[in-house]
Amino acid sequence: MTAVAHTASAHADSTGAGSGAGVLLQAEGLHKVYGTTVALDGADFRINAGEVVAVMGPSGSGKSTLLHCLAGIVPPDSGTVTYRDQQVSSMSDAQRSALRRGDFGFVFQFGQLVPELTCLENAALPMRLAGAGRKDAEAGAKKWLERLEVDDVRHHRPGQVSGGQGQRVAIARALAGNPRVVFADEPTGALDSLNGERVMELLTQAARETQAAVVLVTHESRVAAYSDREVVVRDGKARDMTMLAGAV
Amino acid sequence: MSISHTLLGLLETGPRHGYDLKRTFDEKFGHDRPLHYGQVYSTMSRLLKNGLVEVDGIEAGGGPERKRYAITDAGITDVEGWLATPEKPEPYLQSTLYTKLVLALLTGRDGQGLLDTQRSEHLRLMRELTRRKTMGDLADQLICDHALFHLEADLRWLETAAARLDKLAKEVRA
Repeated sequence: MTAVAHTASAHADSTGAGSGAGVLLQAEGLHKVYGTTVALDGADFRINAGEVVAVMGPSGSGKSTLLHCLAGIVPPDSGTVTYRDQQVSSMSDAQRSALRRGDFGFVFQFGQLVPELTCLENAALPMRLAGAGRKDAEAGAKKWLERLEVDDVRHHRPGQVSGGQGQRVAIARALAGNPRVVFADEPTGALDSLNGERVMELLTQAARETQAAVVLVTHESRVAAYSDREVVVRDGKARDMTMLAGAV
Repeated sequence: MSISHTLLGLLETGPRHGYDLKRTFDEKFGHDRPLHYGQVYSTMSRLLKNGLVEVDGIEAGGGPERKRYAITDAGITDVEGWLATPEKPEPYLQSTLYTKLVLALLTGRDGQGLLDTQRSEHLRLMRELTRRKTMGDLADQLICDHALFHLEADLRWLETAAARLDKLAKEVRA
């Protein structure tokens, strides 16, 4: 089913924010330049299993680039990304694709569902791509659609559902493959406040139950408040803000 | 929050003993700061003196006498006036933070650090409220939402101030 076989229980013991032993995904000294723009300038990051970390920062600070490097979508110019003792930054394209398909789940702000497929088929897609049969994949997907409270629209196409429903389908899809890390880039950016909060509640609840780590890029503090800790990216560098809380 | 008006409002739903008032207040409004019995009885004495409540009955039990309070017509008018009057929007926190920020910059201290520390503290509280909201009932959700929206506004101010820090430093040091 996955590039790196796993179960929820297999990584349930590796939690504990700030504990080196539980680190699931780590980046050190990431540099990334686009043309003349320095997107990342020595950024460090780490996340433990079962942890939700908000990545915040002003527009253009490099937070989406950090997410893309962590997820193996773009390679950094220098620095390392390590996922469960594997160097993501030195993997081949095929290996990184397999990792993304198997161990990672993705939720973006817009345009992530395939318009020609029903919501159920969309949610089942990662499992189908990982080799699961249609029946099994759709049964698994249906469970997540129920969990995300959108089972009633499973036979609709994305164009026939609301933004909030579509986003819940996208989260169901991201979680249906039982990922160890969910990358969410402004997942509530297109939703109204109430829908956005419900989506965050469901996403973080489900992720915590399955011990998936969530890297949550957001500029909204109310969304970041669903996280366990916050990292601020500023001028291409990432700073863990947890240590500062309680200092006043 | 005006405790006397809140207790008066609770009495408008029917006469109550002091301990019953405290219990109802704590259940509905006292999540962060439950009332002390002393506060209830001193408030009731003041309201009695001002004619806004009256003693509806006294129960003699094994312990001390228990007074049951009822709201008067003047009390109802007072509650009505309180409810009809909007609260003054007070940007108190921004003023304090602005003062601290300017002083930090004036004295050559780390303005960004000050803003970051405050930001983290705000977000820590927002996390706590969000957890409470997620586990709570509708009343909890609405109470937490009110606090969260205020904290969010403060955070936006902190971000705006951070974005203008260099300019502000030049101005205050000029």
